[in-house]
Amino acid sequence: MTVCPECRGAVSVPDDVMAAEIVVCGECSSELEVVAVTPTVLALAPEVEEDWGE
Amino acid sequence: MKATVLGAAGYVGGELLRLALGHPGLEVVQATSRRHAGRPVGLVHPHLRHHAGLLFTEPDVLEPVDVLFSALPRGELARVHDQITSVARTVVDLGPDFRDPEGPGGAAYVTGLPELYRGALAGATRISVPGCMATAAAVAIRPLVAAGLTQDDVVVDARTGSSGAGGEPSRATHHPERQHAMRIYKATGHRHEREIARLCGVRARMTVTAVPLVRGVQVVAHLRPPRPVSRTEVWSAFRDAYADEPFVRLVAHRSGLHRLPDPQFLYGGNFVDLGFDVDDDGRRVVVVAALDNLVKGAAGGAVQSLNVAQGLEEQTGLDFPGLHPV
Repeated sequence: MTVCPECRGAVSVPDDVMAAEIVVCGECSSELEVVAVTPTVLALAPEVEEDWGE
Repeated sequence: MKATVLGAAGYVGGELLRLALGHPGLEVVQATSRRHAGRPVGLVHPHLRHHAGLLFTEPDVLEPVDVLFSALPRGELARVHDQITSVARTVVDLGPDFRDPEGPGGAAYVTGLPELYRGALAGATRISVPGCMATAAAVAIRPLVAAGLTQDDVVVDARTGSSGAGGEPSRATHHPERQHAMRIYKATGHRHEREIARLCGVRARMTVTAVPLVRGVQVVAHLRPPRPVSRTEVWSAFRDAYADEPFVRLVAHRSGLHRLPDPQFLYGGNFVDLGFDVDDDGRRVVVVAALDNLVKGAAGGAVQSLNVAQGLEEQTGLDFPGLHPV
């Protein structure tokens, strides 16, 4: 188990996960990018910006 | 359990009938309406027309029942309360008459909001369901108050659809006035402010806008924490409060189209969706709650509270998940 950087929930990551893969936190649904393996380190995947204020 | 719905011709009454008729533990024996007495329920509530044998009855002659749901307008239940309690073992009121525990008769009633009052509801025979906007606001605010994440008043910006005004037409709900409205009908001093304060322990400064929806309430609450806070802290506060709640869904996504709660996905269901975001400097928390005002904000909350009071599975009769697209 790896900890979600967004909500601190437990994230299940496959043993054979590869860097740059995207996994999803089961608690907060955040998309998380695998930035390192052995040990696995997760970071929030880049957000898609939306701005309708023009 | 034999059940009666008082005021069954209104929108909340219709939702009570829909949920009660689908509830395996309830048998609807009376649906009262003075105006429509003798007519099939399906003539007023067309989605229930398959219950062809169910007719509205006069409210003056009530059969003994196990539970009576009241969807009567303000003041009406209080007027006939003695008569009601002589025929019904359990009373669930969806109006405002007994919401204030310090008001007349209010001390006998338990607040029908299991997320905050589950313990008190167990075995309760007098239940008063909070208002729809107060329900949304209380679910949104109280965990953060309990976690010490707000230091003063909370600003509550609430948006509501037209069905919250009830089934009786008025100039304000007339289609040409309502169709494209973004009408702020109460900028300050809404009566739900007191109810939210009672439920949450913090003053709410509320503004309410009528928007072009039929169903739905969305509440946006702005809280100022006593120190900068992180998203993780807010997640923890909500998870601590609601991780095991069957009808609270945390919706605070960082990507995708639907990142925060939107009432359109809650139509007909008993969920309240709850989300949030935090300013970059951690000095403001914005919490968003959405629900169907006729279900979680009224009839669904009533059935859920009854389930808790009677020791039934809390989700009984409330498993409809909503629609997408609407």
